[in-house]
Amino acid sequence: MSHSILTEQVSSHQTSGTRHHDPFDVTEKIEQEASLRIQQYPEDQKRSAVLPLLHIVQAEFGFISSEAIEWVAAKLDLNPIKVEEVVTFYPGLRQHAPGKYHIRVCRTLSCAMGGSYELMDKICELAGIDRSQSSHHNPIAVSPCGTWSVEFAECLASCGTAPVCLVNDDFHENLPAAKVPQLLENYR
Amino acid sequence: MAKVTYIKGKEPHQLERRLIFRNVDRQGWNPSISRYLSDGGYKALRKALKKKPGEITEEVKRSGLRGRGGAGFPTGVKWGFIQPGNKKPVYLICNCDESEPGTFKDRYIVHQDPHQLIEGMVISCFAVGAEIAYIYIREEFPEAARIVENAIKEAKKEGFLGKNICGTKFNCEFHVHRGAGAYICGEETGLIESLEGKRPYPRIKPPYFPAAMGLYMCPTIVNNVETLCHVKHIMEMGGEKYSDIGMPRNTGTRILCVSGDVQKPGYYEVEVGKMTMGELLNDVCGGPLKGRKFKAVIPGGSSAKILRCSDTYNVACPPETEKQEISFEEIPLDFDTMAACGSMAGSGGVIVMDDSRRMSWVLNNINEFYAHESCGQCTPCREGSTWMKKITARLVAGQASPDDLDTLESVAYQIDGRTICAFGEACAWPVESMLDKFRDELLAETVEGNAQSALNAEQEAQRRYLKDAVACADKP
Repeated sequence: MSHSILTEQVSSHQTSGTRHHDPFDVTEKIEQEASLRIQQYPEDQKRSAVLPLLHIVQAEFGFISSEAIEWVAAKLDLNPIKVEEVVTFYPGLRQHAPGKYHIRVCRTLSCAMGGSYELMDKICELAGIDRSQSSHHNPIAVSPCGTWSVEFAECLASCGTAPVCLVNDDFHENLPAAKVPQLLENYR
Repeated sequence: MAKVTYIKGKEPHQLERRLIFRNVDRQGWNPSISRYLSDGGYKALRKALKKKPGEITEEVKRSGLRGRGGAGFPTGVKWGFIQPGNKKPVYLICNCDESEPGTFKDRYIVHQDPHQLIEGMVISCFAVGAEIAYIYIREEFPEAARIVENAIKEAKKEGFLGKNICGTKFNCEFHVHRGAGAYICGEETGLIESLEGKRPYPRIKPPYFPAAMGLYMCPTIVNNVETLCHVKHIMEMGGEKYSDIGMPRNTGTRILCVSGDVQKPGYYEVEVGKMTMGELLNDVCGGPLKGRKFKAVIPGGSSAKILRCSDTYNVACPPETEKQEISFEEIPLDFDTMAACGSMAGSGGVIVMDDSRRMSWVLNNINEFYAHESCGQCTPCREGSTWMKKITARLVAGQASPDDLDTLESVAYQIDGRTICAFGEACAWPVESMLDKFRDELLAETVEGNAQSALNAEQEAQRRYLKDAVACADKP
């Protein structure tokens, strides 16, 4: 099996963030959660559990490594490529390590009119993040300390309270750039 | 029914009629089942379970309910597409992938009133004969996924879900399935592919109509969150009485989400067709920002064609059948008149732009969205959406030539109608309508036009965003 090549890829992915990540280690808790999710779907349709399982992995490890892809594939009796094609499609699934606090700023029309680009600039300024190297394929930029990372997200569906962002799972609305110091302070 | 009071500062406007949002921002309200039951919750379900499934579908047909996700297709008719002699399992899917820019109604339903959705869904499942339903919640609503999962557990414990619901022979299970940030999953066949664990490439219709060949190739009904909530109210008041709300063929209430350059952006539930654009923007939303004038409005989510506020429209306003000339502010907010005006009521996301906005910048923002979200299955859309983004990025940066606008137009019309799903239209329409309505303004920003029009300070400020857009356009 070409496992060593895959492991190499994992470490190269990890370098995008300096935050320390534990190696992919499947705990009893993860196994249990995964079995529960698989049961949501008809027995002969286990493939449906790809997204739920990837969410479990991402919630635990911050991103989805190639090892994780292999694990999900084995769990669902799939060829790993079937999992990888899903991971590479969805913007919500990360193959790069984010910071401890991953901030997703909405950049779509109503938020942009409300000042989301200024919001992003301010976050980067205060968190010491350089976004110049981010691209469509690696949209995440991480601060040197590994605490913060940012990414533009498309419409977060709260256009009436623009601009908005998500910090990990926490939603923040009516957030002009002036409120950024306070926002970051809450997580320090 | 108990009198409802709302949290101070979040009271509904007097022109609103709260049906679906009755409990949103309500004082003393919480998403628990005990609170919902104390307010008469799940009575509509008990009523529905005493009927035959076919009678419920008939009731929904009678109500005239049209889907609230964007297309406005009659819900009862959709349900009726399931073949009577069908032997395969039937699935119901609740589309909570709310992702059309400008739309933010489902967010409040699932966060604040999840049991209303569950009740509407159980009734709908009973009507179409589904014993398993999935609630597809977008990944960006992590809190909502937890709230809904908890609500499902509560409903199961009280016997409104699971085996022998309310002592009948009807069994039904609900599961939450979280998306992963892709707009295309809001398209029903894309959603189904996503739920099957694949890339969400929409399926071609025909033959893949979900009611015949949906999830796991079984008959499947996909309905929007708001639509399913309406089912509960139709059951409660009866289809006939429900159809008295709103206008003929455009019945019920609908939630309008207003964002952008207005004094009071927010969500407003109104009777379909009973309110005009002027009433919505000036009376309910408090008019334009100080010293500003309304310039353009996107009336139904960012894929809807843009309307110019200074135009007049020659349309028939229900219940009249004669065409007449009306101003922008006189446009009634219903499905059919909005279509006659050359746009669509879509998902109810009203995005307002005032005279400080440059249309090139607005269009470029929209194009960036669609270039990012195209699933890549059909060539015209995959390539075209990126081309359009690159052209408008040049335009905003002041580097476009007048010919670029012709190229832009030709690209848009080569996408429109040439793709598997409606995303093609969704990304082409904003471009087509912008060129139709604001061509002179865009032309003035091309290289040759540029020298003629000096930018004011505000426009200069907006141009600043462009560093980003141009840098992005240059990258592969």
